[in-house]
Amino acid sequence: MSAADADRRLRAVEAFNTAYARVLDDGDLTVWPNFFTEEARYVVTARENWDRGLPAGLIYCEGRAMMADRAFAILNTAMYAPRYLRHFITNTWVGTQADGGAFEAGANYLLTQVLVDEPNARVHQVGRYIDVFVESEAGLQLCSRHCVYDDALIDNALILPV
Amino acid sequence: MTAFSNRYQWPDAGLFEIPDWVYTDPEIYDREVERIFHGPTWNYVALEAEIPNPGDFQRSFVGPTPVVVTRDGEDEINVFLNRCGHRASEFCREQRGNAKLLICPYHQWSYDLKGNLVGVPFRRGLAGRGGLARDFDMAAHSPRRLAVTRRGGVVFASFDADAPPLESYLGPVMTAEFDATFDGRPLELHGYYRNTVPGNWKLYHENLKDPYHATLLHSFLVTFGLFVAGNRSAMLADESGLHGAIASAKRASTDHVSEEAKGEMRAFHEDFALQAPEIMEFVDEFDSEWSVTMQTIWPNLIVQREMNTLGIRQIVPRGPHEFAMHWTMFGYAGDDEAMRRHRLRQGNLMGPAGFLGMEDNEAIKFVQDGMKRSRPGHHAVALEPELEAGATDCVISEAAIRAMYRGWREIMGLAS
Ligand SMILES: [Fe+2]
Repeated sequence: MSAADADRRLRAVEAFNTAYARVLDDGDLTVWPNFFTEEARYVVTARENWDRGLPAGLIYCEGRAMMADRAFAILNTAMYAPRYLRHFITNTWVGTQADGGAFEAGANYLLTQVLVDEPNARVHQVGRYIDVFVESEAGLQLCSRHCVYDDALIDNALILPV
Repeated sequence: MTAFSNRYQWPDAGLFEIPDWVYTDPEIYDREVERIFHGPTWNYVALEAEIPNPGDFQRSFVGPTPVVVTRDGEDEINVFLNRCGHRASEFCREQRGNAKLLICPYHQWSYDLKGNLVGVPFRRGLAGRGGLARDFDMAAHSPRRLAVTRRGGVVFASFDADAPPLESYLGPVMTAEFDATFDGRPLELHGYYRNTVPGNWKLYHENLKDPYHATLLHSFLVTFGLFVAGNRSAMLADESGLHGAIASAKRASTDHVSEEAKGEMRAFHEDFALQAPEIMEFVDEFDSEWSVTMQTIWPNLIVQREMNTLGIRQIVPRGPHEFAMHWTMFGYAGDDEAMRRHRLRQGNLMGPAGFLGMEDNEAIKFVQDGMKRSRPGHHAVALEPELEAGATDCVISEAAIRAMYRGWREIMGLAS
């Protein structure tokens, strides 16, 4: 892959992650599954599990349908205190392979949370995305995203996807 | 009457009202650590599957107190305090590993896998000067060892060498329920969730002795028809009232939800459906009449058998206002790929990001916030007044919470 193509790919992934974070932070959660392919895997897990190859996820979705159910539950059935979350995504990298249009990528993320009855944002989660993207006519889509967090203890509850 | 019980007066309504100080007072908390977690109780510390080989060790907790769990060369499991006999340092810093000796990094005092102090550098000094006295007692400077018992691959520890055998500690009903999950099939580790909950540790027990909340807080269950008022269910408890299990049988599609029950449950929708309904499938693999049980084993263990997603929850109190929850998710070593993935998918129900788990954590935070921020008062634990305390097959009941407090007050020296 040429340096120019790699740079184009990097900028496409950065734009993808910006759009992804906008949906989670300020947008319509029902749109979130559309960032993924039909069969995509979405897992949020502790670094402790990832490093040892343990499969459990705090969130463990096989396929977009499970993500849609989660979005539905958060919006319609789940009980939780009002809050705002915000993603800061940096240190993005892309793989240069191109087998069948799929490629690896990743980034660091910082997720802050404001509980509306407490004064300030607190760091809710720090971790990295470990991704596999595919290119389709509609643009990039994730066929897997693992959100691997470094935190030792989750602060009470993780309500929204990462 | 001691001065202690004079200072902490229980309300006149007896078990039907619980005062805030039970959940907020530092002196009560200290007494709980001493009398409950460091008393004649069995505390969960590990699964044997986490330390399968000789030399394996793992950090854990008994109440708030850090311990090390090891498997030695004789296949014995040992539990001792993670506190160096020299200068008190919490010497075992790695979450887990395999070693012949555990060595305190500060001055290299070393311990064998049974927790015996076996090595002190320069014990005889240097060039005839310094070092330890000839009669220095190595055994007396080993970390305190705890009593250990195991059942079905689960390891428990106790500060009290005279704690009763686990089977009589649990009683027959709780032992049978425990054995339904730990039925002899070797376990396969799926991973961990770890979170804090900003609430008193007992609120977690209470939440699982409170069948009333299941259909009211957990709209997800009701919306998708997994658990509704009218399901066959029971609140089990042992004689002490300290252990319990909230149990229900998955609704068969032929079951009918009464109009009365529907009206009371704001979340009930017959028309909503999951796009991926397999998360709610139940593969009947247990020798039990229940498809869901959440078993609370006093004082620090919850055994989660939520259909096919299985987990241990270990309570680690961090003062009166907060506890950590360590979840160890597992399946069975014989699971095929499809079953393993079924358990992992179903895992979305529980844990700090679970459809149900997040709600329990939030509700407990709300309760503690209410006590911290408002005027001191009492909780009303008044449902099912016709039964003072104990097991019940009525879901609109708080009798099992009252049973727990009958036991708690006795242990704490606060029974009237
Ligand atoms: Fe609950």
